[in-house]
Amino acid sequence: MNLNAIRIVYSKEFTEWVRDRRTLISTVLVPLLLFPIIMVGFSALAVALVGKAEKETPKIMILGGEDSPQVLENLRKVDYLEIAPYSANWREQISEKEIRAAVDIPPGFQAALGRGDAKTVTIYYYLGELKSSLGADRIEKFLKEYRDEVVKGRLAARNVAASVLTPFDIQQQNVAPPEKVSGATVGGFIGYLVVLLCMTGAMYPAIDLTAGEKERGTMETILSSPISRMDLVLGKFFLVLSAALSTAALSVLSMGISFSLLRHFNASSGSGRGEAEGLLLQLGPRAVAFIFVMALPLAVLFSAVLMTIALFAKSHKEAQSYLTPMTFLVVIPAVASLLPGVELTPKLALVPILNTSLVCKEIMTGTYHWNSIALIFASTCVYASVALFLAFKTFQRESVLFRS
Amino acid sequence: MIEARGLSKRFQDKKRGEIRAVDNVSFRCEPARIYGLLGANGAGKTTTLRILATILEPTDGTALVCGYDVVEEPEKVRANVGFLSTATALYPRLTAQELVEYFGRLNGLDEATLKKRVDDIFNRLDMNSFRDRRCDKLSTGMKQKTSIARTLVHDPPVMIFDEPTLGLDIMTARTITAFIRECRDRGKTVIFSTHIMSEVEKLCDVIGIIHDGKLLTEGTLAELRQRHGEHDLEEIFVKIVTPLQSKVEV
Repeated sequence: MNLNAIRIVYSKEFTEWVRDRRTLISTVLVPLLLFPIIMVGFSALAVALVGKAEKETPKIMILGGEDSPQVLENLRKVDYLEIAPYSANWREQISEKEIRAAVDIPPGFQAALGRGDAKTVTIYYYLGELKSSLGADRIEKFLKEYRDEVVKGRLAARNVAASVLTPFDIQQQNVAPPEKVSGATVGGFIGYLVVLLCMTGAMYPAIDLTAGEKERGTMETILSSPISRMDLVLGKFFLVLSAALSTAALSVLSMGISFSLLRHFNASSGSGRGEAEGLLLQLGPRAVAFIFVMALPLAVLFSAVLMTIALFAKSHKEAQSYLTPMTFLVVIPAVASLLPGVELTPKLALVPILNTSLVCKEIMTGTYHWNSIALIFASTCVYASVALFLAFKTFQRESVLFRS
Repeated sequence: MIEARGLSKRFQDKKRGEIRAVDNVSFRCEPARIYGLLGANGAGKTTTLRILATILEPTDGTALVCGYDVVEEPEKVRANVGFLSTATALYPRLTAQELVEYFGRLNGLDEATLKKRVDDIFNRLDMNSFRDRRCDKLSTGMKQKTSIARTLVHDPPVMIFDEPTLGLDIMTARTITAFIRECRDRGKTVIFSTHIMSEVEKLCDVIGIIHDGKLLTEGTLAELRQRHGEHDLEEIFVKIVTPLQSKVEV
């Protein structure tokens, strides 16, 4: 192995890499902008949209109820609902968003209340439509309050205290520190993203440095130079690894900034008080360092595997078609780590990708199971070494290098 | 100096079975001489030259390049060879100078020697006007000059050219043929493959005719004319190749 030759190849590949706009997009821009857009942008947008919808007084329609004047009078009195005149095409009006919901007061409803008979009031709405759901919620709110008033009246008529309905109160209290709460809720997501971005960061340079070389006709040029194939593979491999790690590092950095912005946004909008504040992620330097250490062998594994597979292709396009299914192979174990109840066990510590996602989740909750961490690091290193060895072997195969 | 000893290369093809791309080929190329490997498409020229440049490994036989065995010491062979073909493209995002320097460094030149060598080559080939231009912005002629500079940067004693003028316009092709002559005049061992008869007649000191992976005949142009009783090289080529071709067709 000639370190100087590896350095020469690496620095040449690095120069070409930073001059490629597509690289800048996939390795720098996407990880840097993805999190602020997803977290801050979407949060702000969602808050704005929901806020706007909540401010609107939903227009609803009353169906029937002519023999229940008191109910109708109370319903018309509330200021959070606007009553539209009855129309036979009320279903269509809901679908067309002309009114938000409709409430059907059954015949003889008021009389049934007086007798103590139970009748069913039906609310019609547009499932999945935010403003319609809010309209339906407000009708339900009115009806529940009205029902409570009726119950109170009945109890009073029988000289029974209203407190008989609530003999005791129930309260849930969190005892976990905020970082554990945030780790348990969004920690798995961090592991998932680090895994996914490690792979996407490695994918483009892995294709460009293998299938791309073949497609451009530079493979034969470099193979005619005196560098050994091993040094050539290592020079290229270190560049792909750098890309994977840069993407992962930039995404973690961007995540940290996004969470700070989100905290600031919540604080300024007044919505970050109480329990919600606990959901904001605390990305301490120790956790970041450990996530990075755990991502390192995984990035080696991805870089070597992607290079090996992409080398079989003759063009960028062909390589992409080989590597796209790889994304699913990576996403499945990464998503599995997000499932409730999936926790780190000695067996799962040996499953590549899933183990790193799970350990990231643990680290985010401030839990460091050293035996598991050592096992995961060691097993991923073994997988990475095997993948790197395969990459060397593939670069020796004429049938792969000169496939036509 | 190049000495091929019973070189063979077989490939496995799913449809056609075993293919003998090169079949027991032996020849010698001397310093300050141009050896022309003449053959039709698919005759085995590129495979032979790729074996000599150690890009491919022979299935049987071997070759010595500057005394180094292509199988045993491929890296030493490559350090003594400049390989140019239409398939050896340039890195699009490097400038002409960066590309030449890259190959100089890979060939183990120190920075002072490299700078001197690059300046000398760029002056000689009149490349200073585009030395800082990226390779993807160069014209075909500029690209060819950059490729030549790449093969020359480590001043190798052996030059291998695989159909170097294929698909080039006349002016660019002339630059290449002039360069090949210059290599010979500087005492380098030169081997080049082509299927263009006029190039062979103009350039080659020794001609080897290859067909179906076999070297059918070799000698100077005068020797071939005398041996086959024809003056025109194309006629000689057809005369040598046709009996074998008809045998294949039968």
